[in-house]
Amino acid sequence: MRKIIDWLEHRTGIETAIKNFLYEEIPASSGWHQVIGSMAVFFFMLQIFTGGLLAFNYAPTPGDAYNSVKYIMTELTAGSFIRGLHHWGATMMIIIVVAHMAQVFLYGAYKKPREATWMLGVVLLLITMGFGLTGYLLPWDNRAYFGTMVTTKIAASAPIAGPYIARLMGGEGSVGVVTFARFYALHVLLLPPFTMILIGIHIYLVRKHGVAPAPVETKPPKHFYPEQVFKDTVSVFLAFMVLVVLAVVAKVPLEKLADPTDTAYIPRPEWYFLFLFQTLKFFNGPMEVVGAVALPGLAVLLLFTIPFIDRGPMIRLAKRTFAITFVVLAAIAWTGLTVAAVVTTPKNVESTEASVTPTAPGGAGGWQQLTPQEMAGIGYFRQQNCKACHPGGGQKGIGPDLTRMPADHRTAAWMIPHFKHPSEVVPGSSMPPVQLSDAKLNSLSAFILKLTPQNEADFAAAPDPVVQGAIVYEDNHCNSCHQANGAGTKVGPPLNGVGGRRDRAWLEQHFIDPKKMSPGSMMPAYKFNPQDMDHVIQFLQALPGA
Amino acid sequence: MNSAHAGDGTESTRRRFYVSFIYGLAAVIGGTLSVPAFVYLFFPPKAKSASEWVDAGDVSRIPVNSPQEVVFQRNRVDGWKITAEKSTAWVVKTPSNEIVAFSPICTHLGCSVHWDDPTKKFVCPCHNSVFGMDGTVLGGPAPRPLDRLAVKIEGNKLEIGPVQRNA
Repeated sequence: MRKIIDWLEHRTGIETAIKNFLYEEIPASSGWHQVIGSMAVFFFMLQIFTGGLLAFNYAPTPGDAYNSVKYIMTELTAGSFIRGLHHWGATMMIIIVVAHMAQVFLYGAYKKPREATWMLGVVLLLITMGFGLTGYLLPWDNRAYFGTMVTTKIAASAPIAGPYIARLMGGEGSVGVVTFARFYALHVLLLPPFTMILIGIHIYLVRKHGVAPAPVETKPPKHFYPEQVFKDTVSVFLAFMVLVVLAVVAKVPLEKLADPTDTAYIPRPEWYFLFLFQTLKFFNGPMEVVGAVALPGLAVLLLFTIPFIDRGPMIRLAKRTFAITFVVLAAIAWTGLTVAAVVTTPKNVESTEASVTPTAPGGAGGWQQLTPQEMAGIGYFRQQNCKACHPGGGQKGIGPDLTRMPADHRTAAWMIPHFKHPSEVVPGSSMPPVQLSDAKLNSLSAFILKLTPQNEADFAAAPDPVVQGAIVYEDNHCNSCHQANGAGTKVGPPLNGVGGRRDRAWLEQHFIDPKKMSPGSMMPAYKFNPQDMDHVIQFLQALPGA
Repeated sequence: MNSAHAGDGTESTRRRFYVSFIYGLAAVIGGTLSVPAFVYLFFPPKAKSASEWVDAGDVSRIPVNSPQEVVFQRNRVDGWKITAEKSTAWVVKTPSNEIVAFSPICTHLGCSVHWDDPTKKFVCPCHNSVFGMDGTVLGGPAPRPLDRLAVKIEGNKLEIGPVQRNA
């Protein structure tokens, strides 16, 4: 072992480098209050580790992103734990970085010659928030979509730069595939190496100027290792254990797939942006730019210039009353705004029956009341095996519950383009296109429009031959002369109750030779194959009496 | 390692305490991370691929002792996606009217085998593996017989199920 180390040392000087790092002299006053920087470095590396693991099973396009996150959470062993570590790790990262800044601020450790170290720290704080902002969109659920919508709109409202920022974010205040790609690129491709370089420079500067000493150091300096490393390790360990508990116990949200047309959704950014969100509420109309851009801008500027505003010599913490007051006031203001935002924003309810348009009056009955077109829709629904992904009955399927679709999806105008090109209407939808003619798609949508949680079981019970008969009825355009369940014209006699008036043999003969059975009839002859004949007659017999 | 503190007894005890904690806690963190990471990467996804039966046409059309290539649609679970894809099988009716479906994938390197009617053998175009009508290896580098697909016959309808891998 020693030989290998010696070989390596001789070739690379690694042992000397590590020793130099570990036996760095630090002030005797160093202690528990200086562990937070090490914690930040640890949590950053942890985010890279868990983020890398997530990326192994993540598809970075909208829709697929959602499905793959769901796959990680439900299909992979320890997947929800890994995502929990990454999600709560982001939260802890913010807390730790802010705590690190507060400590440095309280102790006045930013004073000459450490101004650059401090300013780099402010940049790292902003980058940490940038990670939070870009990562928030990546699950592509409703939360992600609408939260990011608000953020991009805020950025776009900035004077002068606004339109350019909006363009850079992939659109004029809208969130789509381009925004998604850019946020993903920032989150995993650009920000991590950039952050690593800045952390490297930050640590280099700490080493160059040494750990900030107390105003009066009475004892000789000590080594970084092992005492301070021990304190750092214990702190890192405790924070890590908190994270593990959070990842195991606290549920990481994954809401419904992002639905841009969901008007009921109340967007809410991640908790550490809530104070900004709340500040915005105080500024309306033309003043909005003050809350959205001017105030945050000023706050960042103030943070940057603190070392130049406070230029006095180092003094004991207990005497830094102004700094203490400032931190306490900032904490109170931040907590107040965050709490106010939580309290005043109503809770989101997953859309339930309330958002479902009830069936038309009189349509409350069962499948017997459906028009031939709607009933044929049941046939197409079965034929296309829609049930495989939309199982109904409140069961979870790959696709959404069709009885609980938001109101604006419950139109044929929305459904039919979606059937033809699912992913164009719902980006990233994994639904295969429905390969049917327009007339049949109309039927299918007419049926789905009738679906409610109350009647779906009844519709599912509609006998297959009857449903097939409705398809024969539709294919042969019987409705252009006949009326059934209120649909169609009255050129020929209405068909409701025909099953009671005529028997099966009569109906069959009538199809084959209408004039023979009802002299003077204008109806053309229909030579159905035996199966179609059976189905269409069963359909007619199932029509309720007039 | 560092001689500066070596002389003092209590100093070196305290130092040992620090060092053992540093390594101990780091090991706990490493373990807490590496075990879930290993499980996450190497355990297969929780299987939800229900053995699916798909319609593969009319069984009465298949002549005895003349393998037919049957094309059918099958849903495949691929990570977070379910894709409908075309599959083929070689369906053989034996003289005793037993139906056997073979996967067309050669057990050597996965090329598609085809039925060579003059020689009455399945032949792989890649490395000349040859299989008999019962799927057994007759020649070439194939290590094991052709895999079979589960079959079910309802009336005249042939249904094809999951692959039953040959050992």
